Amino acid sequence: MSATPALIEADRLSVQVPTGRLPFSQKAPLSILINVSLSIRPGEIVCMVGESGSGKTTFGRALLGLIKPSAGSITLDGAALPDFSNRSFRAVRRQAALLFQDPLSSFNPRQRIGAMIAEPRRIARSGSTRMQDIAALARQAGLSERLLARFPHALSGGQARRAAVARALSVVPRLIVADEPTAGLDVSIQGGVLNLFLDIREQHDTAFLLITHNLSVVRHVADRIVILYLGRVVESGPAAEILASPRHPYTRALLESEPVPDPARRRAEPPVIGEVPSIAARPPGCEFHTRCRHAQARCRSEAPRLADGPGDRQVACHFPLPEPQPAARGSLRLVSN
Amino acid sequence: MSAPAMKTPVLDMRAISVTYGGRVPAVVGVDLKVRPGEIVGIIGESGSGKSTLAHSVLGLLPKAASLQGEHFDLAGTDMLSAGRGTLTALRGPAAAMIFQNPMTAFSPIHTIGRQLTELLWRDRDQATGQKRERIVAALRDVGIPDPIGKLEAYPFQLSGGMLQRVAIAAALLMKPQLLIADEPTTALDVTMEAQILHLMRTLRDTAGVAILIISHHLGVIAEICDRVAVMYAGRIVEEGTVETIFRQPGHPYTRALFACEPALIPTGARRLPVIAGEVPRPGGTGCDFAGRCLFCEERCLNCAPPWATAAADPSHHSRCHRSMS
Repeated sequence: MSATPALIEADRLSVQVPTGRLPFSQKAPLSILINVSLSIRPGEIVCMVGESGSGKTTFGRALLGLIKPSAGSITLDGAALPDFSNRSFRAVRRQAALLFQDPLSSFNPRQRIGAMIAEPRRIARSGSTRMQDIAALARQAGLSERLLARFPHALSGGQARRAAVARALSVVPRLIVADEPTAGLDVSIQGGVLNLFLDIREQHDTAFLLITHNLSVVRHVADRIVILYLGRVVESGPAAEILASPRHPYTRALLESEPVPDPARRRAEPPVIGEVPSIAARPPGCEFHTRCRHAQARCRSEAPRLADGPGDRQVACHFPLPEPQPAARGSLRLVSN
Repeated sequence: MSAPAMKTPVLDMRAISVTYGGRVPAVVGVDLKVRPGEIVGIIGESGSGKSTLAHSVLGLLPKAASLQGEHFDLAGTDMLSAGRGTLTALRGPAAAMIFQNPMTAFSPIHTIGRQLTELLWRDRDQATGQKRERIVAALRDVGIPDPIGKLEAYPFQLSGGMLQRVAIAAALLMKPQLLIADEPTTALDVTMEAQILHLMRTLRDTAGVAILIISHHLGVIAEICDRVAVMYAGRIVEEGTVETIFRQPGHPYTRALFACEPALIPTGARRLPVIAGEVPRPGGTGCDFAGRCLFCEERCLNCAPPWATAAADPSHHSRCHRSMS
C-alpha cells in the first residue's frame, strides 16, 4: 500500500432497506450493499463499475450519508465517524461534493445558474459570492459567463454538467463523487468533462469516486477500479492491471460487452447472457454463477471470499482467470486509422 | 455483408427537409435509402436531426413541423401525399419503431399481454386464443424467459433490458418491413446492450426485416450496421459501407467523431480530444462544419460543399470541398 494516508475510508459498509409495507414488518430487510470496503487517497481517481442494480450509486450516497449505512464504519482523515448521524456526516459533506447523474434535476428550476453556483459558498459562509468570482469559477469549469444569468432549462446537457461541476468547485472539495458523469453526453464533449476532472485534480489534489458502467471512459482516467456485483465487491485493483488482465469472469464479461468501434471485430455471441439477479432472490454460492461461463459445482454451493491477490489486487472467485491473460478482446484497442 | 443493391428500397427519401414552425430547419435535403434486409445506421451529435429524421418516416413529427421533399416512399406508398388514414395503415405493417427508453414506451397501468393484444387490432377475425399464441411466440423469439407468465406482468415488474425486448417483440408482431430503432440501447447496461444488438442482428437474418438504427455510440453502429450515414446540422455529410466509414472516413467531421471515441483513444493519453464548439443551427451558408473544422478554408465559409462520390468507391459519398480535390 502507498504511504499516503487515506482521505476517506469505508470499512465493511453495508446498506439494507426494510421490506414490507408496514414499519414493523416481519419480512427480512433487503441488502443492497454488503461489506464494501474502499479507501480513497488524496488526488486519486477511483472508479466503481457495475451493472444497474449493483449498488454503485448506493455506495456513493452512503459514503456521504445520504443513505444511512446499516453496518460498517467510515474514517475521514484517520478519524472514524462516531456514528452515522447527520451531525457526523456533516464533517464528510464539508469536504465532499456530489455530482448527480442527472444534473438538471439537481438544479432549482427557478434559480439562475450564477446564484446556484454561489449557493454552497453562501451556506458555508466561505469564499466570495461576488459576480466576478462566480464567473471565474464558471470559467474554470469551462462554462461560458453569459450562461450565468440563464435558468437551468436553457442549458444543454454538456453545459448543465459543467454548471454542476462549477457548483461543486465553489467550496473546493477534497473529494468529488460523480455518478455517471458522462452519461447522456455526446462523445465530442465527454472528453471535455473528463479533462476537467483531471485539471481539478491537478490544481487542488481533489480525489474522485467515479461511478459508471462505461468502461471505455474509465480506462482513460481511473487509477483504481472496483467492480461491484449485487452489492458486493467482486474485483478491485489498479486500473491498468484490471483492464489488461481481469481475473474475475464478471469483469472480463463487462470488458468484452463494450462494443468495439471496428466492424471487423464483431462478436458472434453476446459475452454474457441474462441479467443481474434480483437482490430479493440472491443465487446461492457465488452470486455470479448463474451467468458465468466457467461455473463449476463448487461455485453453486460455496460463496467465494474476496481474497488478496498479488500486488494491490483483490478478487472474489474460486477459479480466477489465469494471470497473464492471452489478449482479452477488450484490452486490445488500437487506433484504426 | 454487402447490401443487395438491386432490390426495391423499403424506404426511399430524396431531398427531404423538415422545418419547425416554418422557420427552424432540423433536417435539410436528406437522401436516404434502406433496402430489404439491410441495417443502416445514422450517427451524429445531439441536435444533428437524427431523431427528427427517424420520426418523419412514420409521420410522428409534431404539428409544428412541416416536411417537404422531392420523393418519399415507404414500402411502396408515397408519404408526401399520405393522409392520416394511410399513415395509420402503414404504422406496423410497413414500419415499426422502438424508442430509447422502454420504460416510457408502455402504459404503466395495463399488463404486457393486454398492450400487445391491442396492437393486433387489425386482425379482427382472429380469435383471442390465437392472438395470445402469436404474442407468446413473439416474446419467445426475442428471448424472454417464461413468456406466458410475462403476459400478466406490468411494465414496472420488468427490467429495462427485458422491456426493450418486449418493445422489439411488439414491433415485430406486426411483421414490419422496416424497424426503426432510435437509440435502442442507450438506456441499457453494456451487457444487455450486447444482447439486444445480437437479437436485432438475428432478427434481420431470420425474419429479413430492414433496420434503421440511430445511435451516437460508434461501437453500436460498428457492431450491427451494413451502411452508415453521418448526420451533422440536419444534413447527411458522409455515407458509405460500415467498413469504409470506419476504415477510411473522408469527412473531417466523421474523423473528429472517431478521434473523440474513448474506445479508440490509446490508453495512457492524459488529455482526451474534444470537438470544440456546438452543432450550429442548420441551413447556414457555406459548410455547416466550417466553424469547428481544423481544415477550414475560405471556400468552406462562402459556398456549400457538393455531395461528392469517391472515385475509388461509388458507394462512398461525402459533403466536403476537400474530398473533391
